[in-house]
Amino acid sequence: MTIGRIRLLLLQALVAVAAIGIWHVGSTVPIGGVLLLPPFFFSTPADVAMRVVSLFADGTAKIVRCPEPVDLTRLLVISDACFGKTIWQHLTITLIEGVLAFAIGAVAGVGLGFWLARHALASAILDPYIKMLNALPRVVLAPIFMLWLGLGIWSKVALGVTLVFFIVFFNVYQGVKEVSPVVLANARMLGMNERQLFAHVYWPSALSWMFSSLHTSVGFAIIGAVVGEYLGSAAGLGYLIQQAEGTFDTTGVFAGMTILAAFVLVVDWGVTVVERRLLVWRPPAAAGQG
Amino acid sequence: MGGCPLQESSAAQLGPAPDAEAVRFRGVSIAFPLAGGGSYPAVAETDLGVAAHQFVAIVGPTGCGKSTLLNVAAGLLAPTTGETFVLGRPLAGLNGAAGYLFQQDAVMPWKTARDNVAIGLEVAGVPRAEALERAQSWLKRVGLAAFADRYPHQLSGGQRKRVGLAQVLIRGPQILLMDEPFGPLDAQTRQIMGNLLLELWAGERKAVLFVTHDLEEAIALADRVVIMSAGPAARIIGDHAIDLPRPRDASEVRLSPRFHELHRAIWGQLRAEVLKAYGGEMA
Repeated sequence: MTIGRIRLLLLQALVAVAAIGIWHVGSTVPIGGVLLLPPFFFSTPADVAMRVVSLFADGTAKIVRCPEPVDLTRLLVISDACFGKTIWQHLTITLIEGVLAFAIGAVAGVGLGFWLARHALASAILDPYIKMLNALPRVVLAPIFMLWLGLGIWSKVALGVTLVFFIVFFNVYQGVKEVSPVVLANARMLGMNERQLFAHVYWPSALSWMFSSLHTSVGFAIIGAVVGEYLGSAAGLGYLIQQAEGTFDTTGVFAGMTILAAFVLVVDWGVTVVERRLLVWRPPAAAGQG
Repeated sequence: MGGCPLQESSAAQLGPAPDAEAVRFRGVSIAFPLAGGGSYPAVAETDLGVAAHQFVAIVGPTGCGKSTLLNVAAGLLAPTTGETFVLGRPLAGLNGAAGYLFQQDAVMPWKTARDNVAIGLEVAGVPRAEALERAQSWLKRVGLAAFADRYPHQLSGGQRKRVGLAQVLIRGPQILLMDEPFGPLDAQTRQIMGNLLLELWAGERKAVLFVTHDLEEAIALADRVVIMSAGPAARIIGDHAIDLPRPRDASEVRLSPRFHELHRAIWGQLRAEVLKAYGGEMA
């Protein structure tokens, strides 16, 4: 079944219009004398839209006024009390945390995934511990990371890393294990030594598995960052939402959620572009674009 | 790091006299261990030789261990007993003098057709530019010059086989091992591929060990057709010289009276084995 591009966009927009319409009617038009969605709990679409606009337009959100511009070099070291004054700064810090979490988690996951896939004994020994750590709900690690790494960005990065690492690790491990035995035998018959097998067979195979989970792992990197910020920080989208929630500012919470959703959508689009470039050799159905 | 097969291959290529026997199985038998203990005897003690420049086809019912024997010749599988000689020397590790065309798709899906063909030269130390150039000329020989930049999933099954053939032949192996290479293709494509193979083979006349379940294909292509019995403990039960004149056309040769005579004689023997194989499954 093929749908025209414009038709699809229209149908997609229709879903948003319907959802916002129901929200609007429920929160502003009394039915039988009561509002089905009281604005105290649900805010209203118009208020949320206005708040989003004002956050971007005004920029100087929240609490403290800061005299001088933010020193970006201090970003990575401490949580700056004067940071997080504009929405762009909040977005930047969440993005930095997400990118760092993804990069560190992916590198560690690829490294360990490769190593364990090629060393059966080490893999057997570590298996229960890896399963145990993976089963642990990451939120309980957040307080520990904050104790260890402080309230700055690194505790959020660490939380994101614990999420990204396991996704990448399991995919790479699987990718190396499930290299087609025929392709492998063929490569060996073509005269490849271990190093060449790694470069021409194991590595591309593992990478393709890793990239097939790219959307999930990038999403989790951002979730780690936002949840970390929510639990304790002085900047970032999670912080923004937490601050609003602390003052029963439902509009602020919804505005933060809206910005977060748009942010994730943009990041996901970026991932799709990267994926299309790197996985050209894959049949479209297997790459999940069919 | 398992030893470098390329060094072995160069040794094997330089060492023996040009007309040494290409492959010789001496008392080779293969048994696979079973999960519940004990072992399954796949191939009983086998003696078989492939002379230099000879095209030998092994025919037998499915599951008779033909491919297993081929894997032993390739050095991918160690025999349970017996020994394999390649170009007069005992085989240890991978058979570097052989090219192997697999039944399933074995080209690397993440490389383009050209890169897939070039890789065998690249890993042997040929500079990339030269390897790509030679790959392009091989693609032309197998009729895929226009498809060099395609990835395997963008090619048809027959085209992927051509890439595989070029990938194997570009390394200039002295022995070609083929495991039902055209098995998954439709009948017309198979005959076209058969002709392509004969055409490429006629130039250098490498020794070929060609495994198939298709007797007609075997007779059309080979100098010698070897019949294997149904498993377990499959063994060689017939060895027929095919005296059809060369050069042959793999489709037209099937119409000649001599082809029918040979087919009738060999089929009579093979049929009993095929029935036995099915009987064993049904019992």
